[in-house]
Amino acid sequence: MAIIQAIWEVIDQPLVIFGVINGLLVTASLLVYAERKVSAWIQERNGPDRVGPRGLLQPFADVFKLLFKEDIVPTQANGFIHSLAPTLMVVIAMSTAAVIPWARTPAGDPLVIADIGVGLLLILAMTSISVYGVTLAGWSSNSKYSLLGGLRSSAQMISYELAMGAAAISVVLMAQSLDLFVIVENQNHELLGPFAWNWFRNPVGFIVFAVCALAETNRAPFDLPEAEQELVGGYHTEYSGMKFGMFFLAEYVNLWVAGLVVSTLFFGGYLLPWDPFFASILPPVLLTILQVLFFLAKVAFCAFCFIWIRWTLPRFKYNQLMNLGWKYLLPISIANILVIALGVALFHALGWA
Amino acid sequence: MLTDFLPLFIMVVLAAGLALTLLKLAEWLGPYRPRAVKSSPYESGMDPVGTARERYSVKFYLVAMIFIVFDVEIVFMYPWAVSFKTFLEGGGGLASLAIIGVFILILFVGLIYDIKKGGLDWD
Repeated sequence: MAIIQAIWEVIDQPLVIFGVINGLLVTASLLVYAERKVSAWIQERNGPDRVGPRGLLQPFADVFKLLFKEDIVPTQANGFIHSLAPTLMVVIAMSTAAVIPWARTPAGDPLVIADIGVGLLLILAMTSISVYGVTLAGWSSNSKYSLLGGLRSSAQMISYELAMGAAAISVVLMAQSLDLFVIVENQNHELLGPFAWNWFRNPVGFIVFAVCALAETNRAPFDLPEAEQELVGGYHTEYSGMKFGMFFLAEYVNLWVAGLVVSTLFFGGYLLPWDPFFASILPPVLLTILQVLFFLAKVAFCAFCFIWIRWTLPRFKYNQLMNLGWKYLLPISIANILVIALGVALFHALGWA
Repeated sequence: MLTDFLPLFIMVVLAAGLALTLLKLAEWLGPYRPRAVKSSPYESGMDPVGTARERYSVKFYLVAMIFIVFDVEIVFMYPWAVSFKTFLEGGGGLASLAIIGVFILILFVGLIYDIKKGGLDWD
């Protein structure tokens, strides 16, 4: 018995993490299905409906098809980097989810994989690293389309990262912490409920952050890196089989992670509306479960909005994209920092917060 | 303190394991029949002209350099943002805001100069 317990103490954490990674995999395939169904709905088509009930098994069928396809590496391509790029994308997309608090446990601690206290910085750092995946993929393929796609993509991602970091500062100013759990708890308010969440307290920061998060996922209307009409497939023109599948997987995990981060920072994370009220009437364990479910609902809503935007708006031109990033979003978000700082100072002087 | 990062490390290792498994599985299950034409880089069906490792527009370097400047600026603002309320309680809040305002202003002048010079114009 003692041995089993000793073994369990060593492997429980890896097991949970293994479960979370598999959960992310399933989520990504459900998102692929959701994207195809939503796009079909917007365009008055049926979408996938052959594989499994209502086509639910379609993404799994796609994965198996990709596994049995040949992996073509172009001549003179750098084979190692050609494989490294999709690996990097998957690893970074997955590990960002480790710092998101999923709920408040009955003991009052965050339900989180890695409680590191600087979660927000880690997320921003991880987003920066994913630029490497795209750039390396574009460069290593030895194809002109790939190279141009990779360059465009890296320029786009670093441009929007600035505004994103600046918008995150305005959140940090109010919560005075980089710990995502503290940031969520800071949005908890007895009377105001959902209107104490950051989307209402800091609407400019919210809009800038949401636009940048969308741009970081390289999806329409920011899908310049893979603009089919001009660049064929962009940075993954020369990828086939499972390596292409890994880019695809990373894109959908990134979509989900963007939803997670936006909900955590601006939609109160796992908080129920009027959370203290529910905390007073519900048993603690039920509250924790409800918080997880409510968080997932918020993230699913964000993901739905991202899909909706993709199938509604046309793509930007490249100069419009760079103008938006550098001449509008960056100055706006930096001005927003000063406004929020003044607001915090005012509330402090009035003794409200 | 450092042990807090252990789960994150496990997550990275497991995610890397997943990625490598997928790569190996595809290598093992998929066919491998290279042909000269099949593995030539895609160029709309024409024979590729030269190599793709060519020189590219200097604009990308420019964007990268300006990015570094502003990224460092934003990183410098994080410690201030975390301790702003502490400054307020200590009575030095508005002074710290004025200092960070000057800091932002200096870099903002740089951004305006760059925009006026056309460093961020793409056509």
